[in-house]
Amino acid sequence: MKRTALYDAHVQANAKLVEFAGWEMPLLYRGIVEEHLHTRNAASIFDVSHMGRIRFHGPDAVALLDRVCTRNIAKLAIGRCGYSHLCNAEGGILDDVIISRDADQLIMVCNASNRPKILAHLREHAVGRTVTIDDQTEQTCMLAIQGPATLALARAHLPIEFGDLKRYAFTSGEYMGMPYLVSRSGYTGEDGLELTLPASAGPLVWNYVTQPGDGSRPIVLPAGLGARDTLRLEAGMPLYGHELDESIDPISAACGWAVDLSRDFIGVERLRRIQAEGPARKLVGLSLEGRRIARQGSPVLDGDRPVGTVTSGTFGPTVGRSIAMAYVDAPVAIEGRPLTVDLRGERVPARVGPLAAYKRKE
Amino acid sequence: MSVPQDRRYQASHEWHKLDGGEVIIGITQFAADELTDITYVSLPSIGKEIVAGTPFGEIESVKATSDLISGVSGQVVAVNETLNNSPELVNSDPFGQGWMIRVRPTDPTQLDALLTAEQYQRQSAAH
Repeated sequence: MKRTALYDAHVQANAKLVEFAGWEMPLLYRGIVEEHLHTRNAASIFDVSHMGRIRFHGPDAVALLDRVCTRNIAKLAIGRCGYSHLCNAEGGILDDVIISRDADQLIMVCNASNRPKILAHLREHAVGRTVTIDDQTEQTCMLAIQGPATLALARAHLPIEFGDLKRYAFTSGEYMGMPYLVSRSGYTGEDGLELTLPASAGPLVWNYVTQPGDGSRPIVLPAGLGARDTLRLEAGMPLYGHELDESIDPISAACGWAVDLSRDFIGVERLRRIQAEGPARKLVGLSLEGRRIARQGSPVLDGDRPVGTVTSGTFGPTVGRSIAMAYVDAPVAIEGRPLTVDLRGERVPARVGPLAAYKRKE
Repeated sequence: MSVPQDRRYQASHEWHKLDGGEVIIGITQFAADELTDITYVSLPSIGKEIVAGTPFGEIESVKATSDLISGVSGQVVAVNETLNNSPELVNSDPFGQGWMIRVRPTDPTQLDALLTAEQYQRQSAAH
């Protein structure tokens, strides 16, 4: 199992460590619900170094990414980050990624479990193009600081300059010879920053953030993958392996906004057809009665008729109710539509809601 | 990790405490910690006959759903109704306020076949 540069920091913070996509990662430190609520109310730091970080440079870097991504990368402004899918020829989702476009390079952050597959796919489509694909995952680390207190704290305490960074924008710089990239992005539904640093600098920054030098009570506390999952689920964000996989297309996955059908990319013909015909099933949010939790694979019913399958579910710590995401037949994918979810034989009433059960106040 | 000596255990992490001829059943701290934050406990109704080795209820946490399995057969004489609204008591006090059901056993000697505190501790330490 691989360990991130923050492994010792996790052990020191009493993390409960689990295997995730080949990495030994913190599931939780103090408790999933506590870490979730602290992120919504103050700020948390997450080690997300297991995610793949792939750098592209050379004259054909944009052309390569334009060919493999559903999003129009040529139109992505320098200094901005964009969410995109990568599809196979049948329009199935290979991965969902964030692309950051810099003046002389592009950075792709991909899912840990998909990194080998995505690297192979990129290298296959780079043949004949002048582009260097550099997998920087293991020489760098990535820290996400998330929550309403993040920006003020980072301005006051972190030795990085990020000026007036807009949402989904990034900037890069150097501190004492250490290059960093900081973006205003995240996967929790909160405002926040994601930092990419040399692996060796990770523990310093982690300790700097979680252990204030003046001895005051820390505001940024570590949070693990458990809270990351409940946070993203409340915020209606899809997770590869649950809402997204190769049998699903971006249109059905409610990610049409990250697809530009007017141009040529791998899988576009199929996606144009799905868009024209309308997807047979759609990703929706569900709100369940009671305290029971729907799990991936739980059947969704309309009366006695099966109409779909749950992809993720949890008891939302902030919204205070049982929530889920599910693929359901398009005719019932209407907000407010009552359905039931079969939880190990018990039929629990549910209602179709928005994908995001939680939206932060601006 | 210490476990109370005054009760018997199962490898599936339920504890059984003999109390005035009846058996109180709950889950151990180890199990509660493994499940993480518990959100829901489904328990049988009073009067129900339960069978040793088969599920009598379910416990859910933000991470997983698990069966609750009794080590003894008998009739349910009380259930911890507090868990309906405060399932987190299983996390905070699994050996006390987080108890689940009280059973009148058909054969109290079934308890003798369960793990002692020492045996259970050795087994869960091996995880």
